[in-house]
Amino acid sequence: MAESAIALTELGAVFFVLGLLARLAGRIGVSPIPFYLLGGLAFGNGGIVTLGGIDEFSEIASEIGVILLLLLLGLEYTATELVTGLRRSWMAGVVDIVLNFAPGAVVALLLGWGGVGALVMGGVTYISSSGIIAKVLTDLGRLGNRETPVVLSILVFEDLAMAIYLPILTAVLSGVSFLGGLEALGISLLVITFVLVVALRYGRFVSAIVDSPDREVVLLKVLGSALLVAGIASELQVSAAVGAFLLGIAISGSTADNATRVLEPLRDLFAAMFFVVFGLATDPSTIPPVLGWAVVLAVSTTATKVATGWWAAGRQGIGRAGRLRAGAALVARGEFSIVIAGLAVAAGAVEGELAALATAYVLLMAILGPIAARVAEPVAKAVLRSAPAV
Amino acid sequence: MNVEVTLLPGIGVRKDFALASGRRIGVITLKDGANELIVSRKDDPDATQASITLSNEEAAALGNLLGSPQLIAQLGEEHRDLPGINTRQLPISATSRFVSRTLGDTTMRTKTGVSVVAVMRAGQVQPSPTPDFTLAAGDLLVAVGTADGLDAAAKLLGSA
Repeated sequence: MAESAIALTELGAVFFVLGLLARLAGRIGVSPIPFYLLGGLAFGNGGIVTLGGIDEFSEIASEIGVILLLLLLGLEYTATELVTGLRRSWMAGVVDIVLNFAPGAVVALLLGWGGVGALVMGGVTYISSSGIIAKVLTDLGRLGNRETPVVLSILVFEDLAMAIYLPILTAVLSGVSFLGGLEALGISLLVITFVLVVALRYGRFVSAIVDSPDREVVLLKVLGSALLVAGIASELQVSAAVGAFLLGIAISGSTADNATRVLEPLRDLFAAMFFVVFGLATDPSTIPPVLGWAVVLAVSTTATKVATGWWAAGRQGIGRAGRLRAGAALVARGEFSIVIAGLAVAAGAVEGELAALATAYVLLMAILGPIAARVAEPVAKAVLRSAPAV
Repeated sequence: MNVEVTLLPGIGVRKDFALASGRRIGVITLKDGANELIVSRKDDPDATQASITLSNEEAAALGNLLGSPQLIAQLGEEHRDLPGINTRQLPISATSRFVSRTLGDTTMRTKTGVSVVAVMRAGQVQPSPTPDFTLAAGDLLVAVGTADGLDAAAKLLGSA
């Protein structure tokens, strides 16, 4: 077969299988992310079949996937929501960082992956999956619950924290000195402040640039500006993904809603590609040796997230059942943990085992998270009933 | 009533208040414009017992159902000293021939002597509608007149 024919066939097969996997995930009511990862593992290096013809495309597609994931995350929030969320929940946010960054970082140090590995694994275990969690809260009809704003504002804080964390990570991964890391931190803080101020004061002008009644125009303009901003941000060492996230925040109102509507299918496509490529790059045979550590991390970071939610909801005067629900809702990790691990692997600055551990960890947490959110309350009630207070 | 407004980042806005019975009741307006009626659980005011998605039309109908008896009661109270004068709510059904036509088109006052003092729509009161007010399916006309006149008006609108 000609080269393009092979590429088309392979790509078609990949998307078709992903569609089947997504359908299966929908049937049993879990996030499709772990299935995409498994799909990648099966196709890739050392898997069942090896794909050869689509390397170039899949690589750029997965980068676009990361940019779109972050762009749509930014579009979801308005600057006002971010600022009020930050004001209301910064203490919970700090507790969240301390409790959930630590387990990943400690395990990385124990495994001898050094400071860079600790920075990466800490990020992987810290960041909850706002995509999975928002869906679980909607599916369980918990949007009206009193603890839900607590959960959402912690997620908002995490997403803002990402905007600071990713540039630092990018700088460190590219091998700069401690001073260079500080410089990246300084630049990103300045840029974030600048974008928030612009979005709060002049958001409508930014929106006006990309707004149009024509869907096609919105699609091309928003996608074009996102890739442009991502490219420039990446050149400035602020991380392409963060550039897209900040652009998403600056676009607001009905423009943001329109942009979300036209970009969502694209995001689903490219993000699926991103998870597959991450899975492709991971050799399945490297997973069993790190599985034990993945389970240790899964257990400990489930406990730390529950503790975070329990504490944060308690501060808002929520009752015990609600505190438990808030904690359990936060457990899921997913897309952004893979984004972080993916950046590290792409930079080649970490051990190959790290990708395996991150994959195994996210596989566990993306499945465990929604289950935890669902069963935490009934299980706690059953336990209390079987062991009455003395 | 102390309505609490809470931002739900990325999802929408929740507006709710506590009932005398201890439960919370409220509405979530989602980003895409959909409405969610929420009622909290009896044993746990933090949790929701029901979260019901309403289309804009459904929400408007529910608002009318809840809002108009109060208005009728109020008007009835005001008209108590005038014997023979009644207040009644007359719905515009989706099948009524006056949907998308004006209040003047019904020629209600000429034919039945009944006056429309207000129109309830989407839970909002439109007081003293003018003859060029365009009616929509789901509107509730608050009408004042004699019992016979009101019966005739209901028949005229196709709602009786």
